[in-house]
Amino acid sequence: MEVHAQLLTESKMFCACPTRFGDAPNTNVCPVCLGLPGTLPVPNKKAVEHVIRTALALNCRIAPIALFYRKNYFYPDLPKGYQISQYGEVHPIGTHGYLEIELNGERKKIRIRRVHLEEDTGKLFHYLPGESEVDYNRAGVPLMEIVTDFPPDIHSPEEAREYLVQLRAILTYLKVCDGKMEEGSLRCEPNISVAPEGSNQLGVKTELKNLNSFRSVVRGIEFEVQRQIQILESGGQVVQETRGWSEEGAYSFPMRTKEFEQDYRYFPEPDIVPIQITEEWLESLRKTIPELPLAKAERYRREYGLSDYDARVLTADYDTATYFERCVALGVEPKTACNWITVELQARLNETGRAISESPLTPSHLADLVELIQSGTISGRIAKELFDEVFQTGRMPSEIVKERGLVQISDEDALRAAARQVLEENPDAVQKYHAGKTSVIGFLVGQMMKATQGRANPQRAQQLLREELEKFR
Amino acid sequence: MALHTLSLSVLSEKLRRREISATELTEAVVSHIERTEPQIGAFITLTPELARQMAKEADARLAEGEWNPLLGIPMAIKDNISTRGVRTTCASRILENYVPPYDATVVARLKQAGAVIVGKANMDEFAMGGSTEYSAFHPTRNPRDLERVPGGSSGGSAAAVASDMAVAALGSDTGGSIRQPAAYCGVVGLKPTYGRVSRYGLIAYASSLDQIGPITKTVEDCALVLQVIAGKDPMDATSVDVPVPDYREALRPDVKGLRLGVPKEFFEGVHPEVAQRVQEAIAALEEAGAEVREVSIPMAEQGLAMYYILAPAECSSNLARYDGVRYGLRVGAEKGHIGMMEATRAQGFGKEVIQRIIIGTYALSSGYYDAYYLKAQKGRTLLRQEFERVFQEVDVLVCPTAPTPPFKLGELVDDPVAMKLMDVLTIPVNLAGLPGLSVPCGLAEGLPVGLQIIGKPFDEPTVLRVGYTWEQIREAPSQTP
Repeated sequence: MEVHAQLLTESKMFCACPTRFGDAPNTNVCPVCLGLPGTLPVPNKKAVEHVIRTALALNCRIAPIALFYRKNYFYPDLPKGYQISQYGEVHPIGTHGYLEIELNGERKKIRIRRVHLEEDTGKLFHYLPGESEVDYNRAGVPLMEIVTDFPPDIHSPEEAREYLVQLRAILTYLKVCDGKMEEGSLRCEPNISVAPEGSNQLGVKTELKNLNSFRSVVRGIEFEVQRQIQILESGGQVVQETRGWSEEGAYSFPMRTKEFEQDYRYFPEPDIVPIQITEEWLESLRKTIPELPLAKAERYRREYGLSDYDARVLTADYDTATYFERCVALGVEPKTACNWITVELQARLNETGRAISESPLTPSHLADLVELIQSGTISGRIAKELFDEVFQTGRMPSEIVKERGLVQISDEDALRAAARQVLEENPDAVQKYHAGKTSVIGFLVGQMMKATQGRANPQRAQQLLREELEKFR
Repeated sequence: MALHTLSLSVLSEKLRRREISATELTEAVVSHIERTEPQIGAFITLTPELARQMAKEADARLAEGEWNPLLGIPMAIKDNISTRGVRTTCASRILENYVPPYDATVVARLKQAGAVIVGKANMDEFAMGGSTEYSAFHPTRNPRDLERVPGGSSGGSAAAVASDMAVAALGSDTGGSIRQPAAYCGVVGLKPTYGRVSRYGLIAYASSLDQIGPITKTVEDCALVLQVIAGKDPMDATSVDVPVPDYREALRPDVKGLRLGVPKEFFEGVHPEVAQRVQEAIAALEEAGAEVREVSIPMAEQGLAMYYILAPAECSSNLARYDGVRYGLRVGAEKGHIGMMEATRAQGFGKEVIQRIIIGTYALSSGYYDAYYLKAQKGRTLLRQEFERVFQEVDVLVCPTAPTPPFKLGELVDDPVAMKLMDVLTIPVNLAGLPGLSVPCGLAEGLPVGLQIIGKPFDEPTVLRVGYTWEQIREAPSQTP
């Protein structure tokens, strides 16, 4: 599996141009990233650090010196006629690593062959035949390539998916990549082959491109596996090639054949001096690596007694995990915090398209809200309404409650009066109740909640209604 | 004496004293160019209007009491150094109409100092050649003998200074391209230590060898220009953060106790009269108190072979960007992107450039990389180590700059090997990244000879001191009849 992750840096790999996505074509460019004659690349230290941190998180050996090479080929989206890259097999920053995945309760190591740094190319747009345009905004954006080892450890679409889920989680934990597959900032290219059960001979592989969601990764691989099996079972041969995936049509199609290995004439980039990766530097970077998703999920299960599912949902994203941990630190019972976050909060975030880090409803708000419920100050129904309001306004729940008098009515006489009134207004229900259909109590409680604008404690309301009903008999 | 014939240091003193104005000086140079350029052909682009404007600004700064040695000094810039708004062609059809939107760092520094740019100097296409005959536009003639070449690739820069069309010039040196033309034209040329001067804006030929340097009338002028262009540049990762000394302090006519190494390999196959002039200079320096000893750098003999693997390899990659897509010449737009690139490059590059691209592409190809590129790199490391070893015993090395006096136009055009041999004594210096200075050293067959002084990395001060001492000895009234 080859993964390309666009690194989260302010500026490009070798110049000061912004890396922003979606700007007007050829606006984030300068003489350097356009490859104008005489310009020189100056490496972005942040990008190098992002790759080192990723390599550390993936348990890699770190090269003592980072070297850049030139990969030479002609293409209109390549401004210099070469791509500055770390020569894959010789001097990548990270080698001999692994990433652990967990599937059906079992852990498995997926070995990592290399983690290296390179620059992105521009983007071509083809219009009429013979007419194309190039946007160089993306040219020079730092890219990290992460490649799994050979022979492959990934043996099913589910393992491939789990590998990507874990990898994406690690990258977002490290804040080195935003992980947005749909925007292309995380691109994956599985190399797929099939072999008869029990055989250790690998079949001819195909490489799959255009997979821009976890779903398409699974579907693409499943399709490709079936396609190859069919070819082989009907006596044919799989052609080694790069294939594209059509998510709408759910099929793969040939893009280019790898008949011959292109000679990229790699040689050391003379414009960049080798970067020494010292022990001190490594040590300072090691300190910046947070608890990683798999370890965190395990701790959630152990310390908080969360289910496997809950633990995974909370830890799949660094900001969600951080949010959860802050709620717990503020005294919210873990399972309660988990429910509010994964159900109510997640729904609001999805509706508004916001990231959890931008949520107007912060862990302090949530802790305040939960406290109001647990002290019996407000009912669950009021709490849900309040949740919406707090999400919109960012105000403290306890303040809103105080201001509006939303405090639960605990005055016994007032509640009893309300109960009597409900019974007077609903003689049919009273009759049914006395005729033995005691389930109408639910309806009556509802009426009572309505009459008190939800400020009654439902349990207490039910108790009082029953007492009053007896009096009506 | 006419203003344009004076040295930079003399003119700059006159400007400081307000004896002359920058405008006056620039007008003298511009009108001299009008008279002289038709015979020499030192420039690709002349910028008289820009020069007048810059002179006016220099005068305004002088009027406010500001002064520095380059303020108001008319200079020529080799046409592979990017000048914002002034076309920069590299003497190639492929960049014939290319106008850079930015200044090379050295140009920005010259502008900041207040130098006046009179034009862009002719050169061999993409700095590949040793006679300036490979310019796609026209050859340049040697001002000392119009039948002969000025050397190359910075032939235009050297000829402009030698013919007083510029008080000083910038050149670039990849295998001798500053020193060899300086020697041929009888002027001073310095290739600084690799990393001493920013390459940002220098259109690359071979990135690990290229270095910008001054071409001037005197060693003192050379020090003054170097002072302005030297130093770390954040835009060039290969520029080195070594403090820039005051180079003028080095200009003492004093070599007492200095250890001069004479590398024997650098005299093999050298024209006897050239060798004799250089030996005379060495003897004079010895007389002045230097200790002279013979040394050996055996790997230097392999220098030319290493160079003609490494330089073409880097050039094959550096010149890949000229594809007709973004700027410069575009031919065959109707042929699809591959067809267009092929047609553009076939038509845009000259024969010598194409030859080196092909050689370099071959040397980097899989299956040949180890035998050529990697082997040459290993040889380069050995050569560097040999220089390091020798520099434990001596302070500088002295030898000829070029093996012969300047040859005639057309004489070697069809003999590329003989042409390349003209750089045999300068190339090892680039491979080792060392500073090398060429100072005029009498005549051979009535033509200029250059004395080459090679120093330790970043030891330009000692190199300049030896050059300055020799210059003083040479200029002194002769003691013998």
